Amino acid sequence: MVGWIGTKTMGAFGVLLGLAFGSVAGVGSYTFIYAKGASYLTNDPAACANCHIMRNHFDAWAKSPHHAVAVCNDCHTPHNLFNKYLTKSLNGYHHSLAFTTGNFHEPIFITARNKAITEAACRHCHEDIVMAIDPPHAGGEAMSCIRCHKEVGHME
Amino acid sequence: MGKNRRDEGPGRPRLVRLMTMMVLVAVVSAAATFGVVALLMNIFERKVEARNPFFRVVELTDETDSPAIWGKNFPLQYDLYKRTTDMQRTRFGGSEAVLRMPTEADPRTEVAQSRLEADPRLKTMWAGYAFSVDFREERGHAFMLDDQTFTERQQFAKQPGTCIHCHASVYVPYKKLGNGDLMKGFEIMNQMPYAEARKLVTHPVSCIDCHDPETMSLRITRPGFLEAVKLYKNDPNYDVNTQATRQEMRSFVCGQCHVEYYFKGPEKRLTYPWFDGIKADQILAYYDEQGFKDWVHAETGAPMLKAQHPEFEMWNQGIHARSGVACADCHMPYTRVGGLKISDHHVRSPLLNINNACQKCHDFPEAEMKARAESIQANFFSMRDTAMNSLMALIDDIKAAKAAGAVDARLEAPRQAQRHASFLIDFVEAENSTGFHAPHEASRLLLLANDTIRQGQLALRETPAAAAPAATAVEPAAPATTPAAPPAMPAP
Repeated sequence: MVGWIGTKTMGAFGVLLGLAFGSVAGVGSYTFIYAKGASYLTNDPAACANCHIMRNHFDAWAKSPHHAVAVCNDCHTPHNLFNKYLTKSLNGYHHSLAFTTGNFHEPIFITARNKAITEAACRHCHEDIVMAIDPPHAGGEAMSCIRCHKEVGHME
Repeated sequence: MGKNRRDEGPGRPRLVRLMTMMVLVAVVSAAATFGVVALLMNIFERKVEARNPFFRVVELTDETDSPAIWGKNFPLQYDLYKRTTDMQRTRFGGSEAVLRMPTEADPRTEVAQSRLEADPRLKTMWAGYAFSVDFREERGHAFMLDDQTFTERQQFAKQPGTCIHCHASVYVPYKKLGNGDLMKGFEIMNQMPYAEARKLVTHPVSCIDCHDPETMSLRITRPGFLEAVKLYKNDPNYDVNTQATRQEMRSFVCGQCHVEYYFKGPEKRLTYPWFDGIKADQILAYYDEQGFKDWVHAETGAPMLKAQHPEFEMWNQGIHARSGVACADCHMPYTRVGGLKISDHHVRSPLLNINNACQKCHDFPEAEMKARAESIQANFFSMRDTAMNSLMALIDDIKAAKAAGAVDARLEAPRQAQRHASFLIDFVEAENSTGFHAPHEASRLLLLANDTIRQGQLALRETPAAAAPAATAVEPAAPATTPAAPPAMPAP
């Protein structure tokens, strides 16, 4: 008798547990798809403009000198797989938090970490040209490419 | 018994544990679902916002002058527009609410601080003119009509209906008065006494003054500017509403009113004096040609000119205008409301909104931008102070000469110097940016004013016999020293 109750209760609990997590998973999956979550794993620049904060930057990029040779990720993520997705997840977290709460500085400014990534990206392609003007010794203050060439990626 | 204990004893606690687990799982799952649905709704709202929803709730026509009605279709812009009631100081400008006892003639309980009390030299500068009675710091657009209706200047001298051109939403009243003809209504109202004209208007500057009700595109409605922009463009056939670029319009709608002007002839026709150019000394030369004066100085007898608020003229001389930056770019910068970007209809000093106003172009911290602007203003303020002191000295010298019995012929040159210098100083003093709109031009004008004062004082030192030739030498100094360049809008 008691064992029977125990089994039935366990069974009911299992079903409820399944329902509970299943509905969270269902709503979660829908939200993920609705928010085009998978697109953030790709290299498609349109994904960066899913949220309209980046719309102007995206439009400006399309008209920029670099639009034929570089997408967002080429300049804004590091060029090795692990760091690339680490950076994507860090930025993804910060951006979605900011956009959801609405609590961010406008106009938006690039962070020091992301600026360093972009500076490194400039050199990734243009190293042959710029190595002569970079500091010859380690620890020397590097010149900033985008201080002067701020419009190459996107003016806005 | 033993068996029973094993089967029943632990049975109940296990049931309780299970129930507790179930409740916990339910709570966790509910919280997670709550969170995910909240996020889903947030994403949904953001997506909806991005679609730029526009709901035409009411029909707007060319007769709709009440901003509240426009506000039903454009609630975000209307909400920002209503905020021009704020009274917030910047270092050199802006207003703060000064409490006052309302009277029957003036029911205002708050006014802006008196500029005359802050700098009593202004009273001497304008002695004998209405501005020496009441002159206050500017307040937001929301107060423009009240502050004009109730200023003590109204009691000092009868003001004409012309004044309303820029202190109320006049587009619809002008058209009604002219039976559909804007210019005709303008001419009729110009000649009315202020109190009578005041009855015909209801709102301070409103949506219809700058926007076409059909298309919402920017539109010039002020007759004064419709005429004067032809001078500005050096083209008698220029039609601003069809030929101006969108970026030009984002300054021209402000330039409809933020300009120097005078009331020409007995018809009191509102005229922007841009016939020889829009720089202060070119305007001065035009007034001299016309023999126009605003009043006679009570202490010296000089034929005086009062400069109004030539923001548009001064902005035109500055680096921002040169770079194609419009008034609205800094005073109504794009602002984000949810997922939308709209121009900030809370028109105000960029110094109160540095991130949106400056940082769109200038990649520097807010504190740095503020320091840059204030250093320009502090330098200007110091130069203005010097020039004001010089002007006071000239006025004292003319008074002393008059008291000593100097005849009018001998006072002619010094009085002309006072007229010219006072106008040049007033031009940059009345201009509402404390030098910021065009720092170099403001410095040039103040230096020119100081030299004009110096020549006036030199003329006073001449012996009476030598005074006459000196007068002719001094008089045209101010306008003649500057090349008359045609006013032109820089390429954006």
